[in-house]
Amino acid sequence: MMKLLTTSALCAVLPLAAMAADKPETLKIGMTTFLTGPASVFGVPARDAMDIFVANLNAEGGINGVPIEVTYIDEGAGAEALTSEFRRVAQSGGAEIMLASISSGNCQTIAPLAEDLQVPNLMWDCGTQRIFEENEYDYVFRTQGNATSEMLAAVAYLLKTNPDFKTIAVVNQDYAWGRDSWDIFHTALEVMKPDVEVVGEFFPKFGSPDFSTEISRLQALRPDVILSTSWGGDLDTFVQQSFQRGLMNTSTFVLPLAESSLERLGPSLPAGHIVGARGDHYFLHPERRDDADFQSFMEQYKEATGDIPVYSVFHASQAFAAMQAAYEKAIADNGVDWPSEEQLLAAFEGLEFQGLGRPLYLREDNQGVESQLMGTSAQTGDYPFATLENIMIFDGDGLLPPIGETSIEWIKGLDASFVDTLQVETYDN
Amino acid sequence: MNLTIFLLALFDGISYAALVFIVALGLTLIFGVMRILNIAHGSLYAIGAYATVSLTGFFLALGFSPIFAFPLMIISAVLVGMLLGGPIEWLLLRRIYDKPEVLQLLVTFAVFMILEDAQRLVWGTQPYFQASALQALGNITLFGVTYTVYQLILLPLVAIGLLFGLRFFLRRTVIGKLILATTEDREAAQSIGIDADRVFLFTFIVGAVLAGLGGALASPTTSILPGMGADMIVLSFAVVATAGLGQIEGAAVAALLIGLGRSFAVYVWPEVAVLVPYLIMVLVLLIRPQGLFGSPVARKI
Amino acid sequence: MLDTSQRSAPKLSDKAGGLRSTRSLLTLAGVLLLAAVPLIAPSMQLLINLALAKGLAVLGVTILLRAGQVSFGHALFFGVSAYVGAFLMASMPQADLILVLIAGVAGAAISGLLVGLFVVRYRGIFFGMLNLAFSMIFWSILEKFYHITGGADGIRLARPTVLGMALERPEFEAVLFYLSLVLMVGLGWFTLRWFASPVGQIFQTIKTNETRLEYLGLSPKRVLLSGYLLSAALCGVGGSLMAMTQGVVTPEYVWWVRSAEMVFIAVLGGAGSVRGAFIGALIYEIVRVYASAFAGDIWQLLLGSFLLIIILFAPGGIMGIADSVMNRRSKSQPTNLGEDAQ
Repeated sequence: MMKLLTTSALCAVLPLAAMAADKPETLKIGMTTFLTGPASVFGVPARDAMDIFVANLNAEGGINGVPIEVTYIDEGAGAEALTSEFRRVAQSGGAEIMLASISSGNCQTIAPLAEDLQVPNLMWDCGTQRIFEENEYDYVFRTQGNATSEMLAAVAYLLKTNPDFKTIAVVNQDYAWGRDSWDIFHTALEVMKPDVEVVGEFFPKFGSPDFSTEISRLQALRPDVILSTSWGGDLDTFVQQSFQRGLMNTSTFVLPLAESSLERLGPSLPAGHIVGARGDHYFLHPERRDDADFQSFMEQYKEATGDIPVYSVFHASQAFAAMQAAYEKAIADNGVDWPSEEQLLAAFEGLEFQGLGRPLYLREDNQGVESQLMGTSAQTGDYPFATLENIMIFDGDGLLPPIGETSIEWIKGLDASFVDTLQVETYDN
Repeated sequence: MNLTIFLLALFDGISYAALVFIVALGLTLIFGVMRILNIAHGSLYAIGAYATVSLTGFFLALGFSPIFAFPLMIISAVLVGMLLGGPIEWLLLRRIYDKPEVLQLLVTFAVFMILEDAQRLVWGTQPYFQASALQALGNITLFGVTYTVYQLILLPLVAIGLLFGLRFFLRRTVIGKLILATTEDREAAQSIGIDADRVFLFTFIVGAVLAGLGGALASPTTSILPGMGADMIVLSFAVVATAGLGQIEGAAVAALLIGLGRSFAVYVWPEVAVLVPYLIMVLVLLIRPQGLFGSPVARKI
Repeated sequence: MLDTSQRSAPKLSDKAGGLRSTRSLLTLAGVLLLAAVPLIAPSMQLLINLALAKGLAVLGVTILLRAGQVSFGHALFFGVSAYVGAFLMASMPQADLILVLIAGVAGAAISGLLVGLFVVRYRGIFFGMLNLAFSMIFWSILEKFYHITGGADGIRLARPTVLGMALERPEFEAVLFYLSLVLMVGLGWFTLRWFASPVGQIFQTIKTNETRLEYLGLSPKRVLLSGYLLSAALCGVGGSLMAMTQGVVTPEYVWWVRSAEMVFIAVLGGAGSVRGAFIGALIYEIVRVYASAFAGDIWQLLLGSFLLIIILFAPGGIMGIADSVMNRRSKSQPTNLGEDAQ
């Protein structure tokens, strides 16, 4: 309702405001990303990828002849530095559009700030589903899925591939993501497979260097399935220590973020464990790996960094693609050289765009609808690390609650038949 | 809680305590002798780990056997002590021994900040993992739970070895006695011809080597990544303060208390595991402000 | 400087009196310059507001430095106050800014009393470590009891009303900015008066000669406790302002690095100096933000080097440098630096 009111209010002033803007010399954008701190395992690859996207587009003449210039803001420098830098770049720095951020906590801080500053903001990587479920925004868009779609895909894949498990334990990082993702996963499991028993819940502190005690306990408990939505160094340490002590032979691990650790884990991630990627993000994406744009980017990225890209690179590609698509759509729709802010915002409504994965679109509540790729680890010998087999790509539409409903309430109303309602494509590898 | 679980928690606690003790040992030695609480100790720990991973990776790539990882740990630790510990004492700390405590602390805090970024410039942001040393020793299974020999047996042995080695060194060797004399009364020591500057330099290097060794020994068990030093330093502060500043045996007891407290908490009430070290520290300090083994400081009037 | 800062003021010579009025003029000019920031450099407003909030907390640490005590856990009170504000706003969405501030400061003062009762028995490194331990316990609780505290992501603090009016962000930020400025001047002046008061004088004696206090029949613990309370309350003011400016509170408010940062700023500004606390905070924030903006991922390195240079070459901090420059200018006899640094 509020939304409707604001939209009609916008329409009322539109005749005055809808004049095209002057074409700027450069399109300045600001991007917050972790350059320091543990989450720089995502932030630095995303920045490296962004540099490539920008260079490629500028080589083609930019957007309608306007080249792009990115300013990066370090999320690792603390919340004060982040908010003051965000403002500086958005206001005196002259950035027309902002991309923020990786951390869900930072998204919660920045979303209302962007709204107040009236600067369009693309939430390019943070996962919390709360943003659009608890508030409405006119200037904030999310160019990817959220925790709900990511966790539901993991539950669905687990139920499809291991229908008979009886016990589960969880080892998540102790912060919002670790807690929220377990809430969603657990709630979904309760309605879709009520006979499963949760035998252990561990939330070791974020950045924990040692999981020995948790692993001893897990070996004594012997759960069929162990879930961990951890990432970065925490996930690496947990998987390595579990591997060293044989825990991976007795339990099936469900690791919804392990795509980002495949290369680092090397041979320590044995075959038969479930791996996710926070979207359809995989350097051997079965539907995209033969496409020319995909291949040429993979080569460019490998050349620039020496690594394979992880999901944050795909998320950056989606945000970049959404921005480019919105500008081009606004220019075409209005027949202008350069869109005004209102024209740009209007272009984001229902926008369709495609990064390195499948095409995505934005819902009416500004939430992106993103397909989810899940797979099972395999050590094939083609790479010095685990790759995926039995890959399923779930269509994003069925994985999000209807607009206006909160995730947990919606999931509570689901049942075991949910898994069969999902659109899914399956690939051997 | 049955006996099996009790024993499992005990094993986990001991192997964790061993590692914490090795790091805290260097910190408490430096404090005991020089009265400086070295915040940069955490960075030296992290750099010791990074250096070990890099060296091990390099030599394994040349085709050396994984068992070479062990001497490389010692080499990395010594490198950290000589190349970082030495210059820190010689160029920075030496200038501020006569300054108030707070400035000394802040100098080490500044070094900590500088080294945190320096690590990232050298090793980047991606986590490293290099477990060949640990894998070389294999596993043992107790009560159906698999442990690594490295964590369950080697780390505690090294910790005990260092504890007795350092005791022997301080009490039975000439250099050790010189250090103790300087600790007792710096001016008196100088008046009988002890070169206090060299004693301090030597002590700081030994402390830094111990920090580096802690990192080197931790490296096969954990991901090496930016920020690992900041966590370790608070934990070893807790150990050192609980023990009584400068108390070597006390540090062993305090590390055990904290290690066991933490592992039992994971079995009984995992939510409070992270609180345990600080709770122990506050409880001990409230009852015995000088720490478990510390002696009350005589007040100078 | 540290060693001398607590000495009672010597009789001012005419020249020193002239110096003092120069300093008052400079202070006035500085405050006026700050007051003009929203008009002349609006992009700096938020940054300076954060620095002022931090400066108030640093002032709390500075007070303890006057008694020769260093707390490595004062972020505790900073955080307590911020979280009290956040909980209040969550349960009373229409709460007024003044109420949030008062509740936060009261929370900080109460926790300051509870912690203070224990820690005033200790001195030196033990005082510092105990404070650290208490702050780390609070930090662990904030991180751990996720369903109440929001864990590491913290809690959002909605914008409070101001005297019953719901303001938009720009107006609210202007109110906060000038409130911070007024609090800086008011509380800074109050702290200077407190140092000059009998209790304040006795408080500063703890640094040099605590035993003498006992001979005089005074209880150093009670005196230290009163200073501790004041310092906790000041940290509370800073924390509350910071929380309202940021709109979010996280356990990072209490993390030991933040406590160390406060001591760092106090020494940077000139340990024991009231003006130095704010000047230090301003310089620190500006260096930090611009270093992280323009030197990417080496801002810690730059900040650390900056600190080293100050400690090694200008241990009197920025106020020490400023005063020696002014002394040379006015060609007065070298007065007591520490006294000037106030």
